[in-house]
Order: sequence, then structure tokens, then C-alpha cells
Amino acid sequence: MSKLVSSLTEAIQKCGLKDHMTISFHHHLRNGDYVLNKVLDAISELGIKDLTVNASSIFDIHEPILKHIKSGVVTGLEVDYMGQTVGEAISHGALAKPVVFRTHGGRPAAIESGRTPIDVAFVAASQSDEMGNCTGKYGKSACGALGYAMSDARCAAKTVVVTDDLEPYPLQGFSIPETDVDYVVAIDAIGNPAGIVSGTTKITRDPVGLKMADMAIQVIQASGLLKDGFSFQTGAGGASLAAAVFLKDLMLEKKIKGSFVMGGITGYLVDLLESGCFRNIMDVQCFDMKAVESLAHDPRHMEVSASHYASPTAKSSIADQLDVVILGATQVDTNFNVNVHTNSRGIIMGGSGGHTDIAAGAKLSMIVAPLSRARMSLVVDRVQTISTPGSTVDVVLTQRGIAVNPRREDLQVQLKKAGLPVVSIETLKKTAEEINGIPEPLALGSRIVAEVEGRDGKLLDHIYEVL
Amino acid sequence: MKITQRALAGTVESSDCMVMLLPAEELSIEIDSIVKQQYGHVIEKLVRDMLKKFDVTAGLVKIQDQGALDCVIEARVETALRRAGKEAKA
Repeated sequence: MSKLVSSLTEAIQKCGLKDHMTISFHHHLRNGDYVLNKVLDAISELGIKDLTVNASSIFDIHEPILKHIKSGVVTGLEVDYMGQTVGEAISHGALAKPVVFRTHGGRPAAIESGRTPIDVAFVAASQSDEMGNCTGKYGKSACGALGYAMSDARCAAKTVVVTDDLEPYPLQGFSIPETDVDYVVAIDAIGNPAGIVSGTTKITRDPVGLKMADMAIQVIQASGLLKDGFSFQTGAGGASLAAAVFLKDLMLEKKIKGSFVMGGITGYLVDLLESGCFRNIMDVQCFDMKAVESLAHDPRHMEVSASHYASPTAKSSIADQLDVVILGATQVDTNFNVNVHTNSRGIIMGGSGGHTDIAAGAKLSMIVAPLSRARMSLVVDRVQTISTPGSTVDVVLTQRGIAVNPRREDLQVQLKKAGLPVVSIETLKKTAEEINGIPEPLALGSRIVAEVEGRDGKLLDHIYEVL
Repeated sequence: MKITQRALAGTVESSDCMVMLLPAEELSIEIDSIVKQQYGHVIEKLVRDMLKKFDVTAGLVKIQDQGALDCVIEARVETALRRAGKEAKA
């Protein structure tokens, strides 16, 4: 018995995919992913219509999905993150049904509970055997961890592994086991390695970014959380990575031995492991080749599922074990709500990803962002879109001052005692307006183009059509 | 003054603006800005005030704004005007 089929078309047919069903994808191949587009092309040729695509993220490379939306092949879209290319079309009303945004933890929770069932899951794997034991750690299109694909593979009615490196059974170091897999397809290339490890994985050289990174480390120090057993997560933005580098220096100097870093893993975080600052890395997704290499060869660097990472309904998850998280924001409001979904024109250009999950889980969640970008103030009265509720955000750090959520008076006292420039969130807003001027409110249409779910699956906010 | 030759100042980097001046029979202003909804009216008033200050009576003024602050827009417009015509005063 073999699960190997000759083409994507054959796999789709054998899975019994029909109109109105739901298919799923994961985004570890990032902006180098060929699989989503190839699968949709094959489905389109078969004449199947009215499908819902549940993808952990949509990147710019997935622009051809717009063609399949136009032709009625795809009529529903559920994601954790959406890049601006597709986001702009959605914001202009390309899809009749509102897009559903979830968090990286909320998505597997919804899949596992049966709230968002998947008919066919497509798993892009850089190596697989013909029974479907597969991984992203090795092969020419290696992308590292496959954390976001694991719940899909386990819970979907049918699971198809798509690979470009078929190895003899049994595959050593598999991430997803054959027990979850129905069919295996070998194609020429699952992705473009240059795009797989794309993105914002370089440390900033911007003096404002470096200043904020330095301030962030001082906040961590002042919080009293930085001691043996410390756990940490940071985003892949330039200032966040700089903070990771500064953290390494401080931990080495103070001889602090941390427990683990979680992420979205970059080479900078691998450095923290290799220099002895942390005992382990917990990895749901790799951002660069150094992270992929480390995951493939260092047993201290562990691959975890999205559910293990951040599911609010799992029996426990890593998100709840975190001490400190550093996060970005496009907007923050005076209630500490954070927007990472929409830009200054109200156009979709992102999504929560794990932002909302780890803000809720960590002992100290800190937003680090410049007070204004291109004349748009970071701090406003009400964010355009609530991605992460203010009740889970402790600190908003800008180059012009640090605001502490009033519900964290303890932390406010600690930071003031350390001599840090603590100000009210209203002061930050006023300071930004003195520089930028007071903006006219953004006028948007009345049609809802997306719904944002919180990590608990409850509706958090709507995103409206852009005029 | 009249804009007698094509002139350019600024860049299309974030937080900057590019000002292009072209000779024309009448005075007209075209503003494209990533923050047009929020600051379009402020930018237009600023540019009109600058043109008044330099006595510009004819020419096409094109602004491509990437979220520049007022002081940046002023500096870019003034530079472009001084490049566009030797008669510039003020």
C-alpha cells in the first residue's frame, strides 16, 4: 500500500473534494509558498466552486487567490494574518463574505473543537516518505518548524502532504506522522527558498529603534522578572530583534540562565540559545536559515504545534508560561487596545498572528513602537481595529516615554523607581499630536469586509470597506 | 514669480515628500498623500501659503507626500521653488 498519488489533481479527486467544502493551508513557506496557488489552480480546473480557504496566513505571493475569488472558486477566507497585496483587494470589497481573522492560538482551538471543520488539509513539507511521515526541517525547500500545520493534519477529514523531496520510509525526524495523512504528492518545487526565509529578520540600524530596544531591556530589568528560569518571546521586527541582542549581553553579564525563548524563531534567538542564555527554544515557525539549521540539528531547539504554542483551550500552552513578550503595533489607543490589522488608510495589512495570545499569556506584555510613523500617531483615542484587547497589554514603550496600563500599578511603581520615563498614555497621545497635528477621522464604507475574533473565538471587532 | 523650468525636490521615502514643479499657464496644485484623509486639508493650505509667500502666479505644483511633517513639506517646496525660477524671493 502506498499513499503516493501522481498529481495534485488526483489527490484532490481522491479526497472527494466538492463544492462548498473547506480546505486548509499553513504558511511556513511564507512569501515563497507555491503550494496554495498550485492547489487552487488544480481545484479551479476541476470546476469545484464555493470553497472556504482556512489558511494560517496569506502572503503577497498568494495574490492569484484573487482570481479564484473572482471566479467563485473561493468564496470564504479564514486567516490569522493577511499581507497587504491581498488585504488591499479584500478591503476594497473583493470578497462578498467577510474574512474571518483568528489568532495563532484561536485557530487550532477552533479546528480541534470542531467549530471550523476542515474537509481537506494541504501540508507543504520539504521532506516526506510515501506514507506521509513528513517534516520541514530538511530538503532543498526546508522551512523549519511545521507548527501551524499540525492541528490541520490531525483534525481534517482528509490530509494531503505535498513535497518536493520524497525519501525512503520511514522518514527520520518527521514532524507530522503518517497516522494523520491520506495522500502524498511529489511536485517539482513546493516553494522558492529565497521567499521562504523572507521578511523582517534583520536587526534595526535606526537610532530610534535602538533607543527603544535599550529602553525595553531596562523595563524588563526593572520588572524583576529577569532571573534564572526567565522565559521570553519577541517579534521579528527590527527593534524587537535589537532588544533580543541587548538582552543577550545583559544576561551574559549578569550570568542569568533563562528557561526558554518561544517564537517565530530567528538567528538572533538561536544566538541566545547557543550563548547559554536560555536552555531551550520552543519553535512554531522559523524565519531564517539559521533557525532552520538549529531546529534540524540541536535537540535543545524543539518544534511545537500551534495548539501547544498558544491554544486557549489546550490543557496548557506555552503562551501561559511566558514571562516577557515584546510586541509591535501600528496603533495603540488610550485604553491600551492594539491594532496590527489595518494601516493609516484602513487597509488590511497584517493580523494578530500570536500577538493576542502571548499578550494574554505573558506576565509582562510590552508594545514597542515609535510614537509616530509617517505622520500617523501611534497613540489614538480608538484604534482602527482591535487586534489585541487593552486588558492584556501592560506597557506601551515609545522613544518619547513609557506608558503603563493603570491596572498594573505595581509595574508603574517599579519602572518609576528605576528612573524610567513613565508617562500617561494620554501624554503620549498629546506629544504625538503636537508633532503631527490633529488628524481628520478616517472615512470608511459601511460594509463589513472582515471580522476579528479574539483568542477565545468571540467577536472582537469589525473591519470596514475602504472607500 | 512664474515657474519657468521643471524642478524637483525631496524623495519618496517614508516621512518625506517629493515636490515637482512644472511650467504652466495657470496655477494648479496636485496633492497625493498616504495621509490625505487625515491631513490633506492641512497640506493643501500649507502649500498655498508657501506659493503666496513666493508670489507664484503660474505653474503646476505636484506633491507626492509620504507622511512628511509640515516643516519638511515647507523645506521641500521652498527648495523646489528656488530651483524652478531665479526670480524667487522672500
